[in-house]
Amino acid sequence: MAKYLLIESRDPFENNIVARQYDLAVNLVKEGNQVTLFLVQNGVLPVRPGNLSSLLTNAAKAGVEVLADDFSLRERGIAAAKLAPGIKAVPLSIVIDQLAEGRKAIWH
Amino acid sequence: MKVLNIVEAAYRGTLEEQDDTIVWICHAMKGASADIDVLLRGNAVNYAVKAQDASGLCFGAARQTQPPQLANDLVKLKGKGAKIFVVDDALRERGIEPSELIEGVDFVSRDKLAKLFGDYDQVWHW
Amino acid sequence: MATTLTFALMDAPYENARSTTALRLIDLAVKRGVNVNVFAYEGAVYLPFAKQAQHPNAVHGRSVEEENHPLPRAWIAALMKEATAKGVKLEWVNCGLCVDERGAAEAIEGVRRGSPADFWNFAQNSDNTLVIGTK
Repeated sequence: MAKYLLIESRDPFENNIVARQYDLAVNLVKEGNQVTLFLVQNGVLPVRPGNLSSLLTNAAKAGVEVLADDFSLRERGIAAAKLAPGIKAVPLSIVIDQLAEGRKAIWH
Repeated sequence: MKVLNIVEAAYRGTLEEQDDTIVWICHAMKGASADIDVLLRGNAVNYAVKAQDASGLCFGAARQTQPPQLANDLVKLKGKGAKIFVVDDALRERGIEPSELIEGVDFVSRDKLAKLFGDYDQVWHW
Repeated sequence: MATTLTFALMDAPYENARSTTALRLIDLAVKRGVNVNVFAYEGAVYLPFAKQAQHPNAVHGRSVEEENHPLPRAWIAALMKEATAKGVKLEWVNCGLCVDERGAAEAIEGVRRGSPADFWNFAQNSDNTLVIGTK
């Protein structure tokens, strides 16, 4: 089993390839890996309960740890307390922790 | 250390650079004895198409003399020992037939990428 | 032994959010006592460009001083100073050919010219590497 950190900086409203990154995260879990999907920059735009937040909620249900950069949320006026189910607001320092842990890290 | 380099953005400054800068850096790292392979996904799958021709660019009397030869650069990278993976779903979506591609690419389906990543110590998405 | 992380950056300043997020990550790493290597590729060689200059903002009625416009070169210099104070390494290498074609040779002190071989060497000798590609 390996550990992965997938950092998603883009949003699925403008880029249809982003949803495939969410699928990749789920597939990595299915392969027996531990996976964090870390949303940053516009990557946090789908976290409000809405049209595409279910993609993230479903990823979380499938075992992906879905985290959102608290600064990116605040920058976009997204209340950390009002995220779609399965998504947690965290500081960016988590990325450094997971890099230091040696996770395979992929920025998209 | 074995690294998979993912190229997704395509034709980004390739005319000005006369290269795809990620394929180029892979060549350079191979020169430094790196153990690397390349995965083409999204629009970058088009880089494996043999028929690409970017020649003839001219501004006033300033003519480009070394247009990019992206498919050939992949062939040469393969010649240096790198595997070139191409996401076959992306080819089909774009109506690209396997016969249009350079020889020797390895096809991988989107749903098998997670398994492929397991073969590498690191995966760098450029 | 302290952890070492390598970052590859590609974006020029002022064009998108990736360059700021990259500097946020480097800042966090330095604060945590992590050694950091940076390989600046393509437009990222402009991040430490010495000739960046502040300007006023007439739309907001702000003078140069009031606007205090961010300069990535100043942010990077501050990160280097922080790294020194923390006793960790922040090594910044600009890809030489990228510097040449962009005319970006004048970089702040502490930045050196290098090549993809430096990046591979960094990556091999780090605990982890994060490539922040451009789009």
